[in-house]
Amino acid sequence: MPRSLVTVAAAIGVIITATVAGSQPVPPPLKVGFIYVGPANDGGWTQGHDQARQEMEAALGDRVETTYLESVPTGADADRQIERLVRAGNQLIFTTSFEFMDPTIRVAAQFPNVRFEHATGFKRADNVAIYNARFYEGRYVIGQIAARMSTTGVAGYIASFPIPEVVMGINAFLLGAQSVNPEFSLKVIWLYTWYDPGREADAAKALIDQGADILTQHTDSPAPLRIAEERGVHGFGQAHDMIAFAPNAQYTAIVDHWGSYYTERAQAMLDGTWSSTDIWYGLEEGMVQMAPFTNLPDDVVAMAEETIEAIKSGELHPFHGPIYRQDGTLAIPEGQVIPDADLLAMNWYVQGVDDRLPQ
Amino acid sequence: MGIAESVVATIITASLPLLLAALGELVAERSGVLNLGVEGMMMMGAVAAFGIAFATGNGGLGVLAAVLAGMAMALLFAGVALGLAANQVAAGLALTLLGLGLAGPIGEGWVDRPGVKLPTLDVPVLSDLPFVGPLLFSQDPLFYLAVALTAGVAWFLFRTRPGLILRSVGDNPHSAYALGLPVLRIRLAAVLFGGACAGLAGAYLALVYTPIYNETMTGGRGWIALALVVFATWLPVRLAVGALLFGAASILQLHAQALGVGVPSQLLTAMPYLVTILVLVLISRNRVLLRSHTPASLGQPFVPER
Repeated sequence: MPRSLVTVAAAIGVIITATVAGSQPVPPPLKVGFIYVGPANDGGWTQGHDQARQEMEAALGDRVETTYLESVPTGADADRQIERLVRAGNQLIFTTSFEFMDPTIRVAAQFPNVRFEHATGFKRADNVAIYNARFYEGRYVIGQIAARMSTTGVAGYIASFPIPEVVMGINAFLLGAQSVNPEFSLKVIWLYTWYDPGREADAAKALIDQGADILTQHTDSPAPLRIAEERGVHGFGQAHDMIAFAPNAQYTAIVDHWGSYYTERAQAMLDGTWSSTDIWYGLEEGMVQMAPFTNLPDDVVAMAEETIEAIKSGELHPFHGPIYRQDGTLAIPEGQVIPDADLLAMNWYVQGVDDRLPQ
Repeated sequence: MGIAESVVATIITASLPLLLAALGELVAERSGVLNLGVEGMMMMGAVAAFGIAFATGNGGLGVLAAVLAGMAMALLFAGVALGLAANQVAAGLALTLLGLGLAGPIGEGWVDRPGVKLPTLDVPVLSDLPFVGPLLFSQDPLFYLAVALTAGVAWFLFRTRPGLILRSVGDNPHSAYALGLPVLRIRLAAVLFGGACAGLAGAYLALVYTPIYNETMTGGRGWIALALVVFATWLPVRLAVGALLFGAASILQLHAQALGVGVPSQLLTAMPYLVTILVLVLISRNRVLLRSHTPASLGQPFVPER
């Protein structure tokens, strides 16, 4: 009679659980998992997410229990790693890079009772929310600073992968720069990696050798700023304040701040109010912040602060018309701003980029 | 420095870690031992170099620590692959996994901190020469060491009696053993040299290339070094040429991108690998060249008969 034994055991289990729950109203902690594309302490993108995870832990205490898997490969292995977090009992899982979009959607379809949050993508499901930050707002600001500070009129951009997020950043930077100096031009190097300090440093040197005196990057290591510091040019921190690596070279950094969002979402899980949402926060909401301005004259700082305020108030949209594509055709007419959907699918350069966009 | 010097200097920087690591592996393979753990030994070298230099502020101690760390890893490999005569491929792969795995926890506290950079040493008079001066005579100490090691290994292998013995052990350990040579001890020495060189390569990454700590800082360079050894058909000078060629391909593609030459960047990024594969194919077509230099017993465990 094993079956009846199991029933009896289960009944006893229920009674004990009910008794324990009645006498001791401490629910088990909410298990929250994170998938990182790089090492947790990469000094850039992933570290931003890991700090946010710690902020969430600090805010919610023992009501949450977090786990992370770092340097998760972006190929088919990603599915398995996300599943690992599911099988370990995580009820809310953050997948924190664009490349995890399809794996997240695939795994989420198999586990409808687990909630997922995917960063920087565009595919949603009932149990997959998406969130992103309007980094392009910060890039517009640093573009303006670059144009004011550059003597060669050329900036170098170290890019990772030709995805809309990165293309949008390149365009926003150049539009910002052109709002100050219409002749400003931009050299772009694609590295096809998010994180490889050696190659990022090589790219930085190549850009400087070709006349760029301002560097900016959409890769995650502080190596380009170190090179800028050595070679006496300037640059901007990526995702993280990198001033420790470049005390004389860094002007400011675009800093991601995910902590309050993560806390909010875990709280929603605890309250039972979680739903699949789609948010895209920027400077106004504080998801994008600028590191302190350094090595800059006062009037340039004032200009940058003014621009930040204008973006926050909605008075200025970095992608306001007229915007021309690289081939000279009009993309956004005068008096209009680009719709979010177009930004999220951006696969064209604005005029002035000295590069052909990889397709 | 003009643009030409600067570009060549960048190429040298990109080639040097490959050359250092590959040189050590070349010696190990010449003795008949295939150690696929180069990436792991290099990583431990980088960890030791960064950590010790960071703690003491002394780059020289960092280099020393890297050499010792690389040798310690190599000793571990030797214990399994030579002592226990285990499968060299498996032991080497395990060594790489071990090195990369240990790097994370060991270096946790150093991330986000700028490291120590080795100073450049100017050779008096020569460093003032146009073009070659800044490139060859105003470099960091590891550059001079790499040049000396390349020449030294070439001389040792082909101009000295111990070098001949090392090669004979790699070609036919049984005959060498029958002649009374301590095959395993010779192989151990070669493997340890390989570890020391991989450690130096790691030190170069951590103290010269990018003085930033990260557990992924080797970025697959150990694997490229392994390919370069075959590319060079186990000849040190050709190895230096191969490393420079690979470095040049990887740097010039960046310049091509920045210039906007109109070639798709995906293709340019793949260029160093395509060049390497092409050369490997060309070399392997020349069977005489390949056979005359490949250590005949490469990868085969040797158990002395008693």
